[in-house]
Amino acid sequence: MTSTIAPAVPGSVDDKGPGPVGPPRGAKFLKMLPLAPSIALMVVFLAGPILYCLYAAFTNMALTGTGAAEVKFIGFDNFRKAFGSSAFINSIWLTLVFTLISAIIGQNTLGLGLALLMRRSTKLVRSLVGTAVIGAWVLPEIVAAYLLSAFLNSEGTLNVILERVGLNGQDWMYGAPIIAVSIANIWRGTAFSMLVYSAALSEIPKEIEESAEMDGAAGGRRLWWVTLPMISRAILTNLMLITLQTLSVFGLIYAMTRGGPGTKSQTLPLYMYEQAFSFSQIGYGTAIALVMLAIGAVFSLIYLRGLNSEAA
Amino acid sequence: MVLRNGFKRAGILATGAVLLALSACGQGSTTKQPDAGGSQSSGPANIKIAYQQWGPGTVMKKFLTAAKAEYEAANAGSTVEIVPIVASENDYYTKIQLMMRSPNTAPDIVYEDTFLINSDITAGYLKPLDDYIKGWEDWNQFEETAKGAAKGQDGKIYGIPDGTDTRALWYNKQIFAKAGLPANWTPKTWDEVLAAARTIKEKVPNVIPLNVYSGKPMGEASAMQGMEMLLYGTKDTLYNFDQAKWVVGSQGFKDSLGFVKTIFDSGLAPQPKQSLDPNWGNKVGSDLLPNGKLAIALDGSWLYNNWMKSGAKPWPQWSEVLGQTAMPTQDGSGKGKVSLSGGWTWAIPAKSKAPDAAWKFIQTLQTQKNATRYATEGAQIAVRKDVAADPGYKSSAKSTQFFTDLVSVTVYRPALPEYPKVSNEIITAMEAVMTGQSSPEDAAKNYDEAVESIVGKDKTTTESQ
Repeated sequence: MTSTIAPAVPGSVDDKGPGPVGPPRGAKFLKMLPLAPSIALMVVFLAGPILYCLYAAFTNMALTGTGAAEVKFIGFDNFRKAFGSSAFINSIWLTLVFTLISAIIGQNTLGLGLALLMRRSTKLVRSLVGTAVIGAWVLPEIVAAYLLSAFLNSEGTLNVILERVGLNGQDWMYGAPIIAVSIANIWRGTAFSMLVYSAALSEIPKEIEESAEMDGAAGGRRLWWVTLPMISRAILTNLMLITLQTLSVFGLIYAMTRGGPGTKSQTLPLYMYEQAFSFSQIGYGTAIALVMLAIGAVFSLIYLRGLNSEAA
Repeated sequence: MVLRNGFKRAGILATGAVLLALSACGQGSTTKQPDAGGSQSSGPANIKIAYQQWGPGTVMKKFLTAAKAEYEAANAGSTVEIVPIVASENDYYTKIQLMMRSPNTAPDIVYEDTFLINSDITAGYLKPLDDYIKGWEDWNQFEETAKGAAKGQDGKIYGIPDGTDTRALWYNKQIFAKAGLPANWTPKTWDEVLAAARTIKEKVPNVIPLNVYSGKPMGEASAMQGMEMLLYGTKDTLYNFDQAKWVVGSQGFKDSLGFVKTIFDSGLAPQPKQSLDPNWGNKVGSDLLPNGKLAIALDGSWLYNNWMKSGAKPWPQWSEVLGQTAMPTQDGSGKGKVSLSGGWTWAIPAKSKAPDAAWKFIQTLQTQKNATRYATEGAQIAVRKDVAADPGYKSSAKSTQFFTDLVSVTVYRPALPEYPKVSNEIITAMEAVMTGQSSPEDAAKNYDEAVESIVGKDKTTTESQ
């Protein structure tokens, strides 16, 4: 059908028949030429560092001492050292807790909740809430960290409020540091999920929801059986993005607790920074970075599999 | 099909570009080599000098600025660029190490802590100074121990020390009087130190009884003023020089961590979160002690430079209010008291572009007059005989004689390339104990394992000498 129309398209000479007729090879080459600089840049500045990181992870590279004078290939020693170290296992565990609490539970459900509520609210409320939530997202990480530090520290706003209502406050950043940084990350990152879900919800045709209501599915039941399945792809995409973002959160935690006290909020990025830059072990630090990459990849695969089964 | 071929070609092109770029880099560095390390005429030169700007004090800055003026006046056309690196202890080392890695960023002179110098020598960052020293008369003025402070394992000298330090207990006599403790305090054991702290906690509330640096944010200060001042008062040490092995599994290490646990658990020390503030060292010097909020501080001989006219918090009465007493050993045995010494040196990075001019500037810094000036204003323990004999130095501060006398019992850290890594493990163990994450036994066990993995199991021993 289309082939009868094709010759009418001006300039398309390719469809004449089988065989490698087309334009001469030189012309194709020339077509690609403008892309070359950008690809070269990508290779040098993107693939280059990644390959270098891969190489460094298998060496004893360091900022000082023997590892700085002569870099030696040491096979899997860095990884063996990592998995044998309780500090590393602790930081993997904390990274998972942080990701679960702050991204998968916190940002995700809060973002969805806000998006759902804002659909039904007035325009004024919507723009007020939207501005506030997105404001937190737009703030630089360090500023957000200082704001939250002021909110959560022992004489901070949260404790003042708690005391007013007769509850005992506690020093959140010292007593429950991983919870404190999770709260900070939820506060800062919810806007992203909210925007994703707002967009997804606006795609749902009104008629479907109305007919669901006619059939007697109201409130929670309609949400569970109609709305959520209709935005399930958005949920998976959102989960994937916020998980990857959260896995690599560094500035927020560093500014709030520096991974401490002790190692109670030392997630993988902080552990990596400490080993590579405070303790000068570049090789070991990059090995940890690779482990982080692997964890991110595992999460992505899980979500992608979910997305694919959705599509099928 | 079209696309795939296109990508292939683009790939080939890109690879070519990378190879080109790489070969260009390679050439760049080989052509640069000669003028980086090689012969340099005695003409005017620009030199960059990097040092740590730590806290609000400006003693070093003023000292260097004056030396710069002196040098530039004597060497027409030459310039000296002073590069203060504003950073906490560990960050400073990281920053200068990163600078020294490349000829493009390497300063011509760096201020190196003796604790790191062997590690940086092993890394190949520093230039041996023996050829320069040969023709330098002033070198004879340096004490033998000080000459060894910056000696590499190859026997060459890599830095010129500008002073040393000792450590002891500083205590506030006014608070002691309120607590009914003697003005002339001389504790003989750890228990007597703890007893005094307990009395203060009871009788003078709202005052921190005892500060011992602990945990990662304070870096080497925790390892040296904190843990090692305790450990070297036990029967154990960090390193066994006879066997050339690192000591693991020692009771002294556990006891020292036990001391840390005691003071933090029973509220004799600051709250852990205060101690874990990276600026804690500044607060002790410029706020807590001068404002009478801290009774006893285990700290260094230089502490009073905070309170001099040029310091961060001028406090002329300090010499009346504060007393100094030696840190006792665990049970009063041995020499009865303990002190550790470190100090800093001026070194020339291997990748300096103007090492000759840099050496000339170091000589300017180390004229007898300037060395005396720095020892006096920088609150240093002199490492030169002519400075130590100088009446101006001797009377420079009330505590000078006390801290100089401690040199007779002082201990130097095992200045080996592995030391900085071991030091990191020490402060990690301290932090685990002070925050209640680990018991002293568990933290000591983790330390032992870490040391074994750093130096190799065959380089460890369970016997201190």
